[in-house]
Amino acid sequence: MLSRVADYIYWMSRYIERAENYARFCNVNFNLSLDLPSGISEQWLPLLSATGGLELYTSLYGKVSKNKVVHFLGLDEKNPNSVYNSIVNARSMARVLRPEITRELWQQINTMYYMVKNGLEKKILLKKDPRLFFRNIRKGCQLLYGIFDATISRNEAWHFGKIGQCIERADETSRVLDVKYHMLLPTTEVVGSPTDLIQWVALLKSVSAYDMYRKKNGKLTPWGISQFLIFDDSFPRAMLHCLRQAKSSMHAVTGNYTGYLNNAERQIGMLTAHLEYSNISEVFSFGLHEYLDDFQIRLNEASTAVFSTFFSVNNIIKRH
Amino acid sequence: MKAINFKEYINKSFYDEMFHEDEHVRGHYKLLYQQLKKIGAKKLSLLQESTDRAQMSLGMTFNVYQDTLGVERILHLDIIPRIISTQDWQRIEKGLAQRIRALNLFVGDIYGKQQILKDKVVPKELVLSSSSYLKSCMGLKPPFGVWCHISGSDLIRDTDGQFYVLEDNLRCPSGVSYLLENREILKRIFPKIFEKLQVRAVYDYSHHLRDMLESFSPVSPACIAVLSPGTYNSAYFEHAYLAQQMGAELVEGKDLVLKDDYVYMVTTKGLLRVDVIYRRVDDDFLDPLVFKKDSLLGSPGLFRAYQKGRVVLVNAPGTGVADDKAIYAYVPRIIKYYLQEEILLPNVHTYICAEDEDYKYVMENIGKLVVKQTDASGGYGMMIGPQATKKEHAMFAGYIKKNRRGYIAQPVINLSRAPTLTKNGIEGRHVDLRPYILYGKEIKIIPGALTRVALHKGSLVVNSSQGGGSKDTWVLENASV
Repeated sequence: MLSRVADYIYWMSRYIERAENYARFCNVNFNLSLDLPSGISEQWLPLLSATGGLELYTSLYGKVSKNKVVHFLGLDEKNPNSVYNSIVNARSMARVLRPEITRELWQQINTMYYMVKNGLEKKILLKKDPRLFFRNIRKGCQLLYGIFDATISRNEAWHFGKIGQCIERADETSRVLDVKYHMLLPTTEVVGSPTDLIQWVALLKSVSAYDMYRKKNGKLTPWGISQFLIFDDSFPRAMLHCLRQAKSSMHAVTGNYTGYLNNAERQIGMLTAHLEYSNISEVFSFGLHEYLDDFQIRLNEASTAVFSTFFSVNNIIKRH
Repeated sequence: MKAINFKEYINKSFYDEMFHEDEHVRGHYKLLYQQLKKIGAKKLSLLQESTDRAQMSLGMTFNVYQDTLGVERILHLDIIPRIISTQDWQRIEKGLAQRIRALNLFVGDIYGKQQILKDKVVPKELVLSSSSYLKSCMGLKPPFGVWCHISGSDLIRDTDGQFYVLEDNLRCPSGVSYLLENREILKRIFPKIFEKLQVRAVYDYSHHLRDMLESFSPVSPACIAVLSPGTYNSAYFEHAYLAQQMGAELVEGKDLVLKDDYVYMVTTKGLLRVDVIYRRVDDDFLDPLVFKKDSLLGSPGLFRAYQKGRVVLVNAPGTGVADDKAIYAYVPRIIKYYLQEEILLPNVHTYICAEDEDYKYVMENIGKLVVKQTDASGGYGMMIGPQATKKEHAMFAGYIKKNRRGYIAQPVINLSRAPTLTKNGIEGRHVDLRPYILYGKEIKIIPGALTRVALHKGSLVVNSSQGGGSKDTWVLENASV
């Protein structure tokens, strides 16, 4: 397929995934604030730090407040990663991709585009309980995944979409896990205390992992939860699982199943192996935050390698 | 439920598509007429709303050039179809086939021996001075001698009920995607009547289009690409739609590279050769090495590849010379010259400002005439005398004086009216008709058309950029209906 088009489908999938994740983060944090024991203030700052938007937020709005953060992450035109901009970007890419995707997929993206456009116009986040809006976004995105899987052939377009989706998903999960690092505990409490656990549960819910975690591990522990979100190889949002998926789609595109033929395969393969051959005690002794930070940098390098291998028109012309 | 009142509708000064002058419903409209009455005003407006929503969710939008980038609008689809009787359609079909055959020969002659100029049937200066005449095309021989593969002429119906050709569009006219999508929507709205009337199907247009494109390629299966200027182009929806319907690649200039005068697309698996390009980029922008030097929409070297016959361009470059509005006036003579036939679908009488006698008449009667710039389209660069101010008359007289070659004038034609849903119920609105013609190894005319409707009361301008909407157009299978 056209390199430019492959680039777009990769990014369209990333943006849809991003929108869904942001919607889920906001909802969970909202619910978390309701669960906290009285006397403990709700925390919106960690969400900004983890999504990498703190600097922009501060320059725009200064002090952190719930309504402003919800707006910033949800419908803010000025935040390049807001749900609003993610959907608008995904839709403008879908316009380019129109001949590659199905009518149903296009219609659903378009419907969501009008959902956020109207939401912004009618200031929906200020008027109603914002959870309804975020729930609709989440459901809308899930519908998109379903249509994508149910109507598109397992061709290059599908695989590039998957690669984008998995890379974004791994990135978002690593960021959610990192939220815990930014969350403050009341000084009297320690790791493993009830407030600590409420926060960990919130994290699990942010990536829809609560039910599956419970089923597998039963007991809630920081150790177990981190292990699950990083290393589980069957939970669809666990970082390792996402990388394996991305890797397998990458091989489906190139037709190569051993070693690597290009830098994209190499980077993704190395990062997957990096996770496959490490364990949770190593992570904690390295420092969870530092480990996740490092992971995000490597993931970013892998994404750049995908671009220069498959999407960069100049590189491809040079090679031929 | 509010009834639909046709009493106030009747107006005798125009040809009406639905009613005879004696206010009887025309035969081919009877079923629709009864159905509309049965449905009632309230239900109709609900159906109209659901149509608007369907268009939004299908993304049937276009960008208007003057608007800020990114503003999208839908082309309003009026849900009341325009119906064309079998007899009328047969006349249109024959007339169009004759016209396009002659125009295609004309273009080939202009870029070949120029016999028609030597025989002084069309003035040489008029042709060679056309801004759409491309010197670089001299001597080109496109496969099977076809230049105008895809065209669409604008037809109107005057007070006498006769169809006239208002202008020709031989530079890949847009709108066919609206025709196809309008039909999909209307089938949902009026399923019963649709079936009873035996409306001719249009869904196979994209198959014919693909077959036609493929038939010009030396290799099979051919790699076909639709070349679009990109998402900001007003017709982008159509480019994407047609590529998708045909299973062709939708490319932009930056996706193409030239190597040894072959055209390749840049794909994830390297370079892939392209055999046929259905290009929706204007001649001027196709190749910066030959035409506009600063064009980023085309591909450097594309024209050379075309000259060498290594890629097929559809339509061929240079066809615009035949839809220059000054040359339009000569079409009856062009048909006679090449086919030895009388014109079947008449032209609207046209005054060519470049000719002294016509110029004099136009300057004296400018307030009564429609003045048009010869190389403009889309409803731009024109003035409707009776609806314009004295100041505008003077302004256009000034333009003409300065550039006589650049203008023509025509009498005002009272476009026919068709029932249209408005805020005040059903009212008559002026319409035109744009059928689409494919010219491959034979000529195929899709049995349907885009009816454009001037939505403002009394307006005669149907262009989408100027407040026009569209209607689904039903051509009937059976003459007895």
